[in-house]
Amino acid sequence: MKFYGKGIPGCDVNKLAGKLIVIEGADGSGRSTQIRLLTNWLEGSGHATVNVGLKRSNLVSAELEQAMQGNILSPVTLSLFYATDFADQMENTIIPALRAGFIVLADRYIYTLMVRDIVRGANPNWLKNIYENLALVPDAVFYLDVSPRFLIERNFQKKNQLDYWESGMDIRLSRDVFESFIKYQRKIKTEFSNLHDQYDFEMINGNRTQRTIAADLQKKIELLLQKAK
Amino acid sequence: MVKIQKHNAPGRLIAVEGLDGSGKSTQIYLLKRWLELEQYKVFFTEWNSSLLVKAATKKGKKRQLLTPTTFSLIHCTDFADRYERQIWPLLRAGYIVLADRYFFTAFARDTVRGCDPEWVKNNYSFASVPDITLYFKLNPNTAINRILEGRPELKYHEAGMDLNLSTDPYESFRIFQGRINDAYDNMAKEFNFTIIDATAPVDQQQQTVRELVNERFDLPSFKLKK
Repeated sequence: MKFYGKGIPGCDVNKLAGKLIVIEGADGSGRSTQIRLLTNWLEGSGHATVNVGLKRSNLVSAELEQAMQGNILSPVTLSLFYATDFADQMENTIIPALRAGFIVLADRYIYTLMVRDIVRGANPNWLKNIYENLALVPDAVFYLDVSPRFLIERNFQKKNQLDYWESGMDIRLSRDVFESFIKYQRKIKTEFSNLHDQYDFEMINGNRTQRTIAADLQKKIELLLQKAK
Repeated sequence: MVKIQKHNAPGRLIAVEGLDGSGKSTQIYLLKRWLELEQYKVFFTEWNSSLLVKAATKKGKKRQLLTPTTFSLIHCTDFADRYERQIWPLLRAGYIVLADRYFFTAFARDTVRGCDPEWVKNNYSFASVPDITLYFKLNPNTAINRILEGRPELKYHEAGMDLNLSTDPYESFRIFQGRINDAYDNMAKEFNFTIIDATAPVDQQQQTVRELVNERFDLPSFKLKK
């Protein structure tokens, strides 16, 4: 495997036997369901699996969560806090697991982190420079592409409300959370399409049933695992 | 190569840099006292002091969870919080901002720890270079002896123990500070440091600093309006 950029100092990537698979997509796009189904399927067929995601590091996740509750972080600070969280998981979870031959399923990756900040006005080159040195190039990236209307439905089914951050309420696109969600998710999607050319995502039609999507993903991952043999 | 911009706000930014034991904190304190007593708009900020980020940094250091990369990023986060909420708004409000250590501290420490210099520089490039950077220079051995004289208990990262330079904290500190010193020297030209002889008497150094500030800034324009 290799890093996008120069990489993390002191990290040998030549001995990484596992596979890194990333599932990307908006809030309510069905990522966590798919990751659960994939984990069952992979473990059922004898593959050791590890799940990672954003804001899950030992180092800063609690502090980051606390800061977000208060909505008191400025944009650059928030970006860097997330980068710290990502780096910690990269070094302490993802790389050790890959070294041990695990399949790492990542619920979002640097793309979401960059896109969210770009939508909030951050300098794309600054972000690229930060993250490309931290991130391994995954073996596959699947983007669950779901229309904003459908996303709303899923969010209401799941939590009966729209999340403040996932609706982009902090950037004041509208005072109305419903309208803000739609506008925000459109912006996110546009930025994702821009990244698509740079980072080789596979687009997955996420408007289908969970089962259909799961079967689709399994087929693709099976091919990937066969190729590795 | 990443180029860090200079601000065009009405305020002015002064940073002090130098080894532990160089006396820079004393000097910036005296500078602050002078500016305050003369009724100028002045604000002081120090390294690694953001309340928001501090809890995480403390935990990381205590449990030795930090790698060179996360060490670098968490300090950058701390700096960003102070920069976005205080330094930058105050520069725009026309303040003289005094910083006890600035991003040069990170450039020196993080590259000594093995981070890529351009990466670190990019991470901090949201911030402006200072209008004046005072570099308190002295023979590293003198600085080290000043610190070690009292046989203080050196903290793990402070002594550079994470670099595996030596199992003895004092020896590790010596080697680590020597490397930091080289890193500062290498930056001095690129970032236009004003070098102050940190072995001169305290009051003499302070006089040099005050003269320089007086010469470079139009001080009357920073008077507090009453």
